[in-house]
Amino acid sequence: MIRDITIGQYYQTESVMHRLDPRVKLLGTLLFIIALFSYKNPLGYALGIVFLFAVIKLSRVPVKFITKGLKGIVIILLMTVLINLFLTPGTTAVAIGKLTITYEGLAAALGMMIRLILLIMGSSIVTLTTTPNNLTDGLEKGLGFLKVFKVPVGDVAMMMSIALRFIPILLEETDRIMKAQLARGADFESGNLVKKAKSLVPVLVPLFVSAFRRAGDLAMAMEARCYRGGDGRTKMKPLVYKKRDAFGYLILFSFVGISIFLGRWHVISDFFNSLYVNYILK
Amino acid sequence: MPLILDHISQIYNADTEHPVKALDDVSLVIPEGQFIGVIGHTGSGKSTLMQHLNGLMKPTSGKIFFNGQDIDDKDFSKKELRKHVGLVFQYPEHQLFETDVFADVCFGPKNMGMSKKETELAAFDALRKVAFPEDLYYASVFELSGGQKRRAAIAGVLAMKPDFLILDEPTAGLDPVGRYEILDMVAGLHKESGITIILVSHSMEDVAMYVERVVVMDHGKVAFDDTPREVFSHSNELEEMGLAIPEPSKITRKLIELGIDADPGVLTATEAADSIYAALMKNK
Amino acid sequence: MDIVKTDKLVFEYIRRDEEGNPVDVTTALDRVNIDVKQGEFVGILGHNGSGKSTFAKHLNAILYPTEGKVFVNDMDTMDDSKLWDVRRSAGMVFQNPDNQIIGQVVEEDVGFGPENLGVPTKEIWERVEESLRAVDMIDYRKKSPNKLSGGQKQRVSIAGVLAMHPKCIILDEPTAMLDPSGRREVIRAIRGLNDVEKMTVILITHYMDEVVHADRIFVMDKGKVVMQGTPREIFSDVPALTKLRLDVPGPTRIAWELKQKGLPLPDGILTCDELIKEIQKCR
Repeated sequence: MIRDITIGQYYQTESVMHRLDPRVKLLGTLLFIIALFSYKNPLGYALGIVFLFAVIKLSRVPVKFITKGLKGIVIILLMTVLINLFLTPGTTAVAIGKLTITYEGLAAALGMMIRLILLIMGSSIVTLTTTPNNLTDGLEKGLGFLKVFKVPVGDVAMMMSIALRFIPILLEETDRIMKAQLARGADFESGNLVKKAKSLVPVLVPLFVSAFRRAGDLAMAMEARCYRGGDGRTKMKPLVYKKRDAFGYLILFSFVGISIFLGRWHVISDFFNSLYVNYILK
Repeated sequence: MPLILDHISQIYNADTEHPVKALDDVSLVIPEGQFIGVIGHTGSGKSTLMQHLNGLMKPTSGKIFFNGQDIDDKDFSKKELRKHVGLVFQYPEHQLFETDVFADVCFGPKNMGMSKKETELAAFDALRKVAFPEDLYYASVFELSGGQKRRAAIAGVLAMKPDFLILDEPTAGLDPVGRYEILDMVAGLHKESGITIILVSHSMEDVAMYVERVVVMDHGKVAFDDTPREVFSHSNELEEMGLAIPEPSKITRKLIELGIDADPGVLTATEAADSIYAALMKNK
Repeated sequence: MDIVKTDKLVFEYIRRDEEGNPVDVTTALDRVNIDVKQGEFVGILGHNGSGKSTFAKHLNAILYPTEGKVFVNDMDTMDDSKLWDVRRSAGMVFQNPDNQIIGQVVEEDVGFGPENLGVPTKEIWERVEESLRAVDMIDYRKKSPNKLSGGQKQRVSIAGVLAMHPKCIILDEPTAMLDPSGRREVIRAIRGLNDVEKMTVILITHYMDEVVHADRIFVMDKGKVVMQGTPREIFSDVPALTKLRLDVPGPTRIAWELKQKGLPLPDGILTCDELIKEIQKCR
């Protein structure tokens, strides 16, 4: 159950996407999200979908592996869809008692769903194809300008990297502690919300104790290996832009530019609007 | 009321490219009152096996019967099973969560629906059985030594008054004396209250001296299921499985090859010395 | 030359009440004198709570002496300006394999130490490669540490220390959480480092059979060094070891018991082969 979460995991294989500079991928995600939220017509979404699947194809990560990550956000997804569905004013399509679903609501809900799914899949691709160390290196270097404002970018990057490394270990530990408490007759399923929350105490307390113990051990091990903050460190794998990264930026900017232009192009919007007005409404 | 495993198989990651067969058609009968050692190296399936005995996992195929009932039946209460079959995980002290030792030991029996009085009696009884120092009953678990924490955790399972007690590597991380103290304590439990003990371990030496039956797991299968003496006589096969046979037995075996008539089934250093000495004297 | 030398090392844990007044003083180390020469394999034995891990932490300047001195490669560990030189000279491997691996990929973890030392990129790669080869883990360089067995993880940790080019390597119960095959592979790797690379090794453990091949052994109890000598000297005194809550290796125990029965066996037999050879002489 807990192990189904794929967000933040790394999928080991060889691919162009894996070799791409993390800065390209991070900026790519950011631009992809901006593009997603700027689309006004179905063509934009279609382009987004095509682009995403092309990227997935290039990454050689099985699609199934990525869609598995969506399970974790099903509830958020449903809520957004429902809110959009029922709370968007416009022409009524169906009325169930006091609740009305409008055509505009349908369109908004569908759009939002596609956006969220693409967003999650798009960002999973980055973590799946980038080792956390590489990812934090990318963030460290990409956000390096913040050092001017006294932000300890290096230390924060190290913290992130460690947090990511310990996620699978702590998940496994949670699983083990839950099983151990089940064996002592604990019950995590029955009862109301308050009772359920209470039943987690025997899991959370040992989990926190263990996390603190690990943190202490790890801090000691890091000091023993001469870690003393970000200054004066060299890199085993320094980030150097290669030809393919320039190519990556080129494709990225072209895609974002073209898709935003087409996705917001009023001629196309007007065309779909007239289709909608002429055929669906009549 | 024996525990019966009937052709159990367990496959992990069945839907991926690398399915792992953790258990492969395992059948075992565990009658009440036995002291059993389950041995195998990491990944042999022994940990999966014991989780099945506690209903913490559903087998991919096969059935587990307790008291004549299929434990995966809808009308069978897993809680009832767990009351009768206590399971102590590896490093059990990592599950302690209450403010003091006594409260933590009460957690199990309370969950099993015992009254307050029954719960407290059971907790006291369990702490006494594991020889937990009396002046520390109300101490915070953070004040205890490693060995004491482990005893407290074992008491937490024992307090549910199980008929079967499964212990997964109960001596992991302890020093030699701590190891023997825990094993002696477990053997004492078996002797005094007749409770069935299943000791899961990767160390032959740990179990050899105590158990009456050894189940050796290898690649998800039961490789041997017999008395320790009989099992250790298959030293070559055991070594191929990455299991070291106890050194005393290894030495007497080599001596036999060299024509000294010692006993190949010795389990402890003292037994080995006795047998070697007797063999040498006989020749003179 | 002494790589490690402690001079009347004392360490006290002081427990304080809420107002900060000391209520309880535990002497974890009591006038400990231990010296380790270049290229030696030294074993430090003791049961849990004997002070052996506290001792180890002094060699890496994680803890500082309450009294006495600790010298690592002739540097006083109290000298703040030498802190990082001390730590790079005395590499530490800890007990829990999960809690000391920082990298998400094996080779990145091994590179962590050299990165901290400011080693140039090209040299980091060379060091990572040679270190992984030394512990026979080169085939796993691209793997995630989470996918490795306990023994493999500990070998990665050893490589991570080696890549810092230390003067000696200190292993604090590196096998306590491993299964027998994991223990074997880690001990084999450690012995290889000492034999082949001439690395100075300090192995802290409560498993007697792991230090049978050491050059010298120190036995600790209640914060004091209570026995020292070659394995043969140490293991010939079975009653003393038993009194110290320590086990002796199987063959040693059998030899000792046979000797009690009157067989003319020499003291301090350590391995199966030795024992068998000696028994044959008795026929």
